[in-house]
Amino acid sequence: MPEWWTYRLSDLLLFSPRTYYRMFELYHGAIWPAHVIALASGVAFVVLARREDSWAQRTVAGILAAWWLWVGVAFHLNRYATINWSAKYFAALFVIQALLLVWHGIIRGRLPVRVSRNPANMMALGILLAASVVYPFAGRLAGREWTQVELLAITPDPTALATLALLALSIRRAPRSLIVIPVVWCAIGAATLWALGSAETWVVLILGISGLAVAIRESRAAA
Amino acid sequence: MAHDSVSRRDVLRLLLAGAASASLKADSAHAQTPRLLTRRIPSSREELPLVGLGTWITFNVGDDPVARAESVEVMRAFFAAGGRLIDSSPMYGSSQSVVGDGVSRLQPPRLFSADKVWTDGSKGRSQIAETRRRWRVRNLDLVQVHNLVDWKENLPLLLEMKAAKQIRYVGITTSEGRRDREIEQIMRTQPLDFVQVTYNILDREIESRILPLARERGIAVIANRPFQEGALIRHVERHRLPAWAREIDCANWPQFLLKFIVSHPVVTCAIPATSSVLHVRENMGASYGRLPDEPTRRRMIAYVESL
Repeated sequence: MPEWWTYRLSDLLLFSPRTYYRMFELYHGAIWPAHVIALASGVAFVVLARREDSWAQRTVAGILAAWWLWVGVAFHLNRYATINWSAKYFAALFVIQALLLVWHGIIRGRLPVRVSRNPANMMALGILLAASVVYPFAGRLAGREWTQVELLAITPDPTALATLALLALSIRRAPRSLIVIPVVWCAIGAATLWALGSAETWVVLILGISGLAVAIRESRAAA
Repeated sequence: MAHDSVSRRDVLRLLLAGAASASLKADSAHAQTPRLLTRRIPSSREELPLVGLGTWITFNVGDDPVARAESVEVMRAFFAAGGRLIDSSPMYGSSQSVVGDGVSRLQPPRLFSADKVWTDGSKGRSQIAETRRRWRVRNLDLVQVHNLVDWKENLPLLLEMKAAKQIRYVGITTSEGRRDREIEQIMRTQPLDFVQVTYNILDREIESRILPLARERGIAVIANRPFQEGALIRHVERHRLPAWAREIDCANWPQFLLKFIVSHPVVTCAIPATSSVLHVRENMGASYGRLPDEPTRRRMIAYVESL
C-alpha cells in the first residue's frame, strides 16, 4: 500500500460497530446449538488438563486444535469474510495454528500441562478464567448485547487468549511457533476493537500481553 | 416503478419535512416543484445531480438481512429525491452486492453507477466483470482506478473498455491528499473523465492545484469524505446552525457542509455515505435551493473554523 504511513487505523476499518456486533449475533444464531458442544469441550478441557497421563494431555491439545479449526472455518471464513476481505487470511492463520497444535500437542506430545501453585501458573489460570468467563461480561459492559458477546472456543479473541494461558501451563518448553499466531491475533483483535472505539480493546491488550509474558517466562523456565 | 422517479409529491414531502429550504416559496395553491441542481460532466455535457451516494462502511453489512433491507430503503429515498450517482469499490466488502440488491429491487431508471478497479492490472478485467455482476447492471457508467492501484496497467484497460463502449467514463481516485503530485501528473497526461478526491469545508488542499487543473483539463470532480467520515458532523452538531444558513436554503448541518462543497464550480458532485433514510433525505436537500456565492463560502469557512 503506497504511503501506508499516512493511513490511520480507522481508515482501514471496513465496517461500522453496529455491523460488527450484528455479525456476532447472526453467527451465534446460525451455529446454535454448537454452543452446547463448545461448553462440553470446555469442561472436558479443564477436567483433562488436571490429569497427567499422556492420553489426557494429547486430548487437551486436540480440543484446543478443534477450537482453532472451528473458529477459522465457521467464524472467519463463513461469517467474518462477509464484511472483511482479510478474513480469509485470518482463517488460514487459524487453520495453521490448529495444525501446529495437532503436530506439537497430539503427535509429538510436547504440550503436557501441570497446574502448580506458583505465581506464573496462577496468573495463567487467571487469564484462562478471564477468557472463558469474564470476557463475555466485558463485552456486555462495553455495550454489546448478550447475543453479540464473544465466547471461548467459538470466537477468536478469547480462544487466542486461552491458548496463551495453556502454553504458559506447559511443563515442557512450549514450541515458540505455537505462541506466534495467538499473539498476532491478539494484536489484530485489539486493533479492530480500538478502531471501533470499544473499551474491550484494553481487555484484549492486558490479557494478551500478560499471556505472552507468562508464556515466554514459563517456556524459558521449562527449557 | 413509480416510487423510483422524482415525483412532485416526493420532493415537496422532502422539503416540508424540513430537510430542505426554509425559504423556498411553495405556496399551497401554486406549489412549484423545486429544481434539482445538477452540473455537467465536462467530457460529455451529461448532467449529474450535485449530491450522490457513497457506500464506504455504510453499505458493508454482510449478509445481515435487516441491514440489507435498510440499505435498499436508503437507496429508495435517494432515488426518490432525484439522486443518480452511487459510488462503490471492490474494497468495500459486501457494499457492491448490497447496492446490487437495491438496483435489482428498485430498477432505478436513471442510475449512474460509479465503481472502481482495485487490483493489479492482470486481474482488472475480471474484477470489473465481477463488479458488474454484483451491481446487477449490464454496463457500469464510470470505473475509476482506486487509490491509483497499478494505474499504469489499469488506466489503459479502462480506456480500452471505454473505446469498446463497455463503460462510459474513466477516472482515478485518491483520498485525503495522498499522492497528489502523481494525481496531477496523471490529470495532465491522461484522457480522464473523472477524478475523485477528498474535499470538504476543512480539507481544502485541492483548491490550489487539483481543482484548477480539473477545470483546465475538463475533468469532472467527485468529492469524497464530505463529512470526514462523520467526525465533522459530530463536531459541528454540538453548535447551532447560523441563522444566515437560511439565506442559502440550508435547514441543517449536513446541507450546510454539502452546499459548501458543491458550490465550488469545478466540483461535479459530493458523495456522502449513510445507512439512514433520514440522513439521505437531509443530504439530498443540498441538491435544491440556492447555493452560496464566493463571499458566503468564505463566511462558511470562517464560521466552521471558529467552532
